[in-house]
Amino acid sequence: MIPSFNELKKAAKQSGEGMKTIRFAVVGDCATQHVSTALRGYAHTVGYHFDLFDADYNQLDAQTMDPGSELYAHSPAFTLLYNCTEKLYESYAALPMEGRGDFAERAYAAIAGRWERISSVISTRILQTNFPEEDDRVFGSYAFKVPGAFINQVRKLNVLLAEGAQSHKNVFIADAAGLRNELGREGFSDPGLYYLAKLPMKTDALPYFAKAVLDTVSAAEGRFRKCAVLDLDNTLWGGVIGDDGLEGIAIGELGTGHAFTDLQRWLKELRERGVILAVCSKNNEDTAKEPFEKHPEMVLHLSDISMFVANWEDKATNIRRIQSTLNIGMDSMVFLDDNPFERNLVRSLIPEITVPELPEDPAEYLSYLRSLNLFETASYSGEDRERTAQYQAEIGRAALMDQFADFDDYLKSLEMIAKAAPFDKFSYPRVSQLTQRSNQFNLRTVRYTEAEIEEIAESDKYLTLYFTLRDKFGDHGLISVVILEKRENKTLFIHEWLMSCRVLKRGMEEFIVNTILETAAEHGFETVTGEYLKTPKNAMVKDIYSRLGFTLTGEDGENRTYTASVSSFTPNKTLIAREIN
Amino acid sequence: MTRTAVYEKLNKVFRDVFDDDSITVNDATTANDIEDWDSLEHINLMTSVQKAFKVKLTMGEISGLKNVGELVDILEKRA
Repeated sequence: MIPSFNELKKAAKQSGEGMKTIRFAVVGDCATQHVSTALRGYAHTVGYHFDLFDADYNQLDAQTMDPGSELYAHSPAFTLLYNCTEKLYESYAALPMEGRGDFAERAYAAIAGRWERISSVISTRILQTNFPEEDDRVFGSYAFKVPGAFINQVRKLNVLLAEGAQSHKNVFIADAAGLRNELGREGFSDPGLYYLAKLPMKTDALPYFAKAVLDTVSAAEGRFRKCAVLDLDNTLWGGVIGDDGLEGIAIGELGTGHAFTDLQRWLKELRERGVILAVCSKNNEDTAKEPFEKHPEMVLHLSDISMFVANWEDKATNIRRIQSTLNIGMDSMVFLDDNPFERNLVRSLIPEITVPELPEDPAEYLSYLRSLNLFETASYSGEDRERTAQYQAEIGRAALMDQFADFDDYLKSLEMIAKAAPFDKFSYPRVSQLTQRSNQFNLRTVRYTEAEIEEIAESDKYLTLYFTLRDKFGDHGLISVVILEKRENKTLFIHEWLMSCRVLKRGMEEFIVNTILETAAEHGFETVTGEYLKTPKNAMVKDIYSRLGFTLTGEDGENRTYTASVSSFTPNKTLIAREIN
Repeated sequence: MTRTAVYEKLNKVFRDVFDDDSITVNDATTANDIEDWDSLEHINLMTSVQKAFKVKLTMGEISGLKNVGELVDILEKRA
């Protein structure tokens, strides 16, 4: 349930103690105080505290043109640029009617100019609202035949903004137009409130807008869902496979089965995007797999499912097994089940997992799930599509490992080959994505946008390395990122080191540290220092530097500094071969 | 709706919007009497009043009210 505006107003007043503080700014061409209140309140409900600068009414140009402005002094991590269609229409109507054919392009140029101006002064992620598509009804439906008609121009502008967000890596769209469509005109705005208080969104709509903004912020902060765990009977198909049999279950284009087909199609899209699918069903395994193998109208196949668990144990136990095998956080999982009993059981035993309260009617499943926006992401790269295959290969490796008594023999049998290379433009998206996704094996947990990664790669103050790993079961792709900062006294500082947990304990950590020391030697450095900054999730790498040949040289609370001398460093043992470029 | 019933409901709305259970309004109450009642909160208040009483106030009514009594006059007639 979305909280009301009054509830958010109260939540905004809480102190936010113990929550992660995020510097945020709101600048608009209309009144912004209400949206700021809603954002502060919503942030508290999801565990963030916004240190928020609200520029107040119509400060868009004043705050972005002046390099000494309060906006720039605040140095926000996120900047919401809050534009409204009403103002857009005023500038549209100020043009002569025959001069409106390229209005969208001109309006876009002004907005993109603002993005670039902001980005030249501060490093911030920009959240830009798009424009609710209000038709002025000056031409009626004939407007579509008039290029300069407002409805055509505002729609074109929204497309240009989306394209702009694709080419400006630090710009994200806050979809006001989508929200207006979802809530309808009356749900979204109140003309009286606009005229009296210059509020383009009514207060009842603001919690929805705040949720959308916080979804984006959370994803950018590395908090998003990676896996959907699926029940089968009456969730993925209608009926019970064990009772109704292959011919009896409802799936396909006809009748009630169509609702399940559409849900499967959506899950397949998620899987293509990189969301992991797992099955958790109370069934005999053979029976449960039968539709996947034999039913001609199933959209999902066994190859789409990273882990298939069908037995008669309780679902919480099975979900824990899935979680530990896939090695992902419980808070990044979603459990879909039509049965309220199972949902409540899982919810009460595993509070971190998300369990949507599926509607009773399967016809409503999909639209309900879509409305929750469960799978927000801050990045997308080609490798995401490979994720399912990678997890399946991982399960194959686990099976192989059981056959070896000696762990080294097992590692040897994997025939691992790693590559190390400086960041290049093909790797920027994946590198940036890893900095956002990795929580556990992450020494300093700094999140970078693609634009920031590009800047670092091109700067002569840094040396960069990414690592790929493949073995006989498949290619893990790019799994580790190292950013080395050149410091005084021939010292190289490990500014960032993170690694995907998928490749943990195979000798990759050793391989990476050896490579860092080799790189330091090649560039004439004498000392390498590393730092561990504690977060709630990265305890697993607390001692990694001392384990891999560094000496502890500083301690500050839970944070630690380590040093290694380049000349006296003994390379760590590893069974991974280096790929020769 | 009777004037008493309007006041009963209206006090609840005021208490909720201003997050203060001690508020009791009367005909003579104005924005000066309630600390947080500024132009921004006035918008929230009017939105909440319209929702609670299921009425629509005009722009002129929202901006022209002199005191709570005038609001109650309107609600008494329409709610």
